[in-house]
Amino acid sequence: MAYIALPEGLPGISAGFAFRPETAKPMRELAHILLHEPNSLAPGERELIATYVSSQNDCYFCQTSHGAAAAAHLGDDEIVKRVKADFQHADISDKLKALLVIAGKVQKGGKHVTSEDVQHARDLGATDLEIHDTVLIAAAFCMYNRYVDGLGTWQPQDESMYAAMGKHLAEEGYRKPSMATAEVA
Amino acid sequence: MPHIDLPDGLFGIRSAMAFRPETAKPLNELVEVLLRGQNSLTPGERELIATYVSYLNDCYYCQTIHGAIAAASLNDEELVKRVKADFQHADISDKLKALLVIASKVQKGGKHVTAEDVQNARDLGATDVEIHDAVLIAAAFCMYNRYVDGLATVQPHDDEMYRQRGKRVAREGYVTVSKEYLAASAAAH
Repeated sequence: MAYIALPEGLPGISAGFAFRPETAKPMRELAHILLHEPNSLAPGERELIATYVSSQNDCYFCQTSHGAAAAAHLGDDEIVKRVKADFQHADISDKLKALLVIAGKVQKGGKHVTSEDVQHARDLGATDLEIHDTVLIAAAFCMYNRYVDGLGTWQPQDESMYAAMGKHLAEEGYRKPSMATAEVA
Repeated sequence: MPHIDLPDGLFGIRSAMAFRPETAKPLNELVEVLLRGQNSLTPGERELIATYVSYLNDCYYCQTIHGAIAAASLNDEELVKRVKADFQHADISDKLKALLVIASKVQKGGKHVTAEDVQNARDLGATDVEIHDAVLIAAAFCMYNRYVDGLATVQPHDDEMYRQRGKRVAREGYVTVSKEYLAASAAAH
């Protein structure tokens, strides 16, 4: 049970968002810009970064919903599992691997990122904007993950719900409540 | 030196925000609602939570500027130092102490918060919104701190600069102040 009286029937972050719409608005907008708006990194690549950081933070709801969004973008469930288990041997670009290294360091703490990590990403073609967004995606998921787990939100283990949510997020982005939320709200 | 080519003349999170104004907007709006919006916790109390979490994350820029904003809001620099060093013996309410316990658990990871931590805060008078906001302030500063340090932003050691900026943010707010440096940086590029 959640630690505070969150609206019933809403999973994960949807419950926190419905409880406090004033903070939901900028949090949704931030995710929309970082993960959905046009960028030289594909939405599927950015969702993989979000999924990987959420998995490092052990947040079930976030790694499963963003994993489903990544799978919907990429048309590939398996690659999401590979990235979570061992991204260095997943079938993704070397540039994305270098960005995932940076994201993994940010998850531990901002000071863990070294100039060598950044130079390595740049040598593999990463732009300053891509490096910036990788750092901010990783940092933002250190917020979203803590928010979801810190309130003790309801996180059902229901793969079809996450698959539907992931498809909705991949198509519509983050400004409006996802399909699963809309159905029960 | 910052890891990427951030605008010159700006420090800490301001340099990162000026680099990417699109994400700066919701980042400023979130902190404005959390730390300055209508709330039963005073701005000074909420700034103390932000300062304490930034201190635990060892982010010099964030703990110093938010410490200065807290000091300006509370008119008490010593109290800010006491909260960082040992909040259980600082001259703050027992309710705020219980919320700081929750915030410090969130800093370690969301799953560290226990039902007992929350019950203790509630027994001392904390409302659900106050508990929600303590969790989200702590979570949000785990983002802001990582953003500021993860890009290796320039973070000068200049107490008077932070003191003056703290007074101004306490008076005018995050969104208002951000418009000035975001516009100035856009004009310079």
